[in-house]
Amino acid sequence: MSVRRLAPDEVQPASFAFTADNLAWAQQTIAKYPAERKASAVIPLLWRAQEQHAYWLPKAAIEYIADMLDMPYIRVFEVATFYTMFQLQPVGKKAHIQVCGTTPCMLRGAEALIKVCKSRIHHEPFHLSEDGDFSWEEVECAGACVNAPMIQVFSDTYEDLTPASLEKILDAFARGETPTPGPQNGRHGAEPEGGALTLRDLPFNAAGTVVAEKPKAAPAAQPIEAGPSAEALALAAKEEAEIKAKLATLAADATPEQKADAVGTRPQGLASARSGASDKLQRIKGIGPVNEGKLHALGIFHFDQIAAWTREEIRWVGTYLAFPGRIDREEWTAQAKSLAAGGPSAKE
Amino acid sequence: MLADKDRIFTNIYGFHDKSLKGAMARGHWDGTKGFIDQGRDWIIQQIKDSGLRGRGGAGFPTGLKWSFMPKQSDGRPHYLVVNADESEPGTCKDREILRNDPHTLVEGCLIAGCAMGAHVGYIYVRGEFIREREALQRAIDECYDAGLLGKGNKNGWDFDLYVHHGAGAYICGEETALLESLEGKKGQPRLKPPFPANMGLYGCPTTVNNVESIAVTPTILRRGATWFSSFGKPNNVGTKLFCVSGHVNKPATFEEAMSVPFSELVEKHCGGIRGGKDNLLAVIPGGSSVPLVPAEQIWDAAMDFDTLRGLKSGLGTAAVIVLDKSTDVVKAITRISYFYKHESCGQCTPCREGTGWMWRVLSRMSEGRAQKKEIDMLLEVAGQVEGHTICALGDAAAWPVQGLIRHFRHEIEKKIDAYSANPHGEPVRIAAE
Repeated sequence: MSVRRLAPDEVQPASFAFTADNLAWAQQTIAKYPAERKASAVIPLLWRAQEQHAYWLPKAAIEYIADMLDMPYIRVFEVATFYTMFQLQPVGKKAHIQVCGTTPCMLRGAEALIKVCKSRIHHEPFHLSEDGDFSWEEVECAGACVNAPMIQVFSDTYEDLTPASLEKILDAFARGETPTPGPQNGRHGAEPEGGALTLRDLPFNAAGTVVAEKPKAAPAAQPIEAGPSAEALALAAKEEAEIKAKLATLAADATPEQKADAVGTRPQGLASARSGASDKLQRIKGIGPVNEGKLHALGIFHFDQIAAWTREEIRWVGTYLAFPGRIDREEWTAQAKSLAAGGPSAKE
Repeated sequence: MLADKDRIFTNIYGFHDKSLKGAMARGHWDGTKGFIDQGRDWIIQQIKDSGLRGRGGAGFPTGLKWSFMPKQSDGRPHYLVVNADESEPGTCKDREILRNDPHTLVEGCLIAGCAMGAHVGYIYVRGEFIREREALQRAIDECYDAGLLGKGNKNGWDFDLYVHHGAGAYICGEETALLESLEGKKGQPRLKPPFPANMGLYGCPTTVNNVESIAVTPTILRRGATWFSSFGKPNNVGTKLFCVSGHVNKPATFEEAMSVPFSELVEKHCGGIRGGKDNLLAVIPGGSSVPLVPAEQIWDAAMDFDTLRGLKSGLGTAAVIVLDKSTDVVKAITRISYFYKHESCGQCTPCREGTGWMWRVLSRMSEGRAQKKEIDMLLEVAGQVEGHTICALGDAAAWPVQGLIRHFRHEIEKKIDAYSANPHGEPVRIAAE
């Protein structure tokens, strides 16, 4: 239970009415229910009113809908205050950030997202930022737990977030854009990160035989879904185990170079980028600013250098960057090949 | 691992065509008229034979539930209501059905409507699923256009299907609260009896089913009850959508056979526990309301209703929340406790007051600011809430707390010891709060 009250009189508008489109929509919605049961439409209508009125529900709208549905005002006030998605106070003009804070999201870092909201928007939830563009609140489970942590902004969800990607989303909203919803780490939906392990082949029909429908635009538009083949993954996993076993024999305080030297060969680096300009290595999915810096320090500046790595060199770099196997799983060399040839990467 | 050809949800990740045409290419809406022609008794018998148990958490046999609907109408219409108010923390399976494979559900609604003599169905989608309900509405519109739904449709059973939605109240996942909400009221559960099969929506016979229960029925009829019951252990059969979240390397939603061992879920599908098997602390196997199970008991356990009940937990919605050893388990359960405090509808005193009380005491305990005798007091209060409310939210709030104390009492005591070992300005008081 939580106590929820209407906004103070000074911010309440004098009147509210549906636009012509919404009015026609409302009549259709009421027609879904038996004629003497019009009250059933109260939640959808209140929601539409909230969408029309800058995502918050004024008193005038509640009364307007009560009149439309022949309901006593108090019954509609009850509904508006009971259901927590109805915002009874003005929210940010550009975005109202709803951070899921329930345990599955908390386990994967929702608290760090809340910290970002506190520092960038307002230290208290439900308060407008200074420019009035943003507000935030912590909501209870929003039902995207395998893509935790996540936020919802109006109708869209942004999933698999980190504080850095949340900052980027906030930046985009601040510029007046609507960032692309969905997972922000290259996933398509609820499949495991790095590519689905099941249902990758042609779909099956009810009798269990393959039908001749091609997966929709798999390789071109969504290269991540293609992912490395099962054999490649198995090979990478085997190699990973070998590397682990070898590393276990080293001293605990071995430097990254010492560890890497034990399992592979250091790739030849350049003294500086050719013609003074390095390729933007962060275009490769899996390479962030930190790893880009480390690669530069190794003298790796260009896509064609990565594309030409041998197995030994992949093992060296993977161990040096302290994530063995990931180069294979994320197919850096294939991505680099595509980029070197002027094509897109898995990120793009 | 379950073979792709035995999966009911063939587009759960949305990689393939989501339209009616794509769904039909994958075998949906195939022979639907034939099932309806065989009549409601045949459909109910098939579902009973398949051993399908409700996928919403309680695991009640679906065929049996359908058979409770009156055989002859007394003049009141019958209603099918689909519970898509998926809100149990950890659960996100219905979301994937709604947005990526909606035709499984729409076809299932028509068949279930026929089986219970209902000509009208409502799908109650939780308010937060805005894109999901748009996708579902698109699928329904396609079916109307293709003459698969509506009056005088090709399948021979007049059926109108409507999408309704809520606005962010967990309690509306309880079936009678859902009906109240659908009637345009606050979502406060009703006393039972009368049960919805006699007095449900608008006082008419109604059956409320989970999305997944309805969505699997067309495939069961097509491939046969014995096919479905060939997966899993007796009394726990079929395939099931699992959603594994928390501290695994790759959280994911996927379909697997019932009774699959926990170790296989995380190792084969989710890339293992973060930091390796030895880093596993505990698992909440069925959504936040079931008690947690410590690592050593869960690792080889079969993920099904009966095995998990034997471990004093439950399969619930098969929403598996994994906690590794970096977790502050007291804090994790405190957050769950806050969830139930927030979502209590306020109707029954034990729940309205008890959920808040349990949360406040747990928050003090997670800082160590408590006395050890309060642990027993908390356990006693949890027992007072459990079973003394109209709906199961009271139970759902009490079970995680009981599970915490059953398995991790030493963690709470450690925090209390650590706190009292250091000097603090304010003495720890034991308060009625």
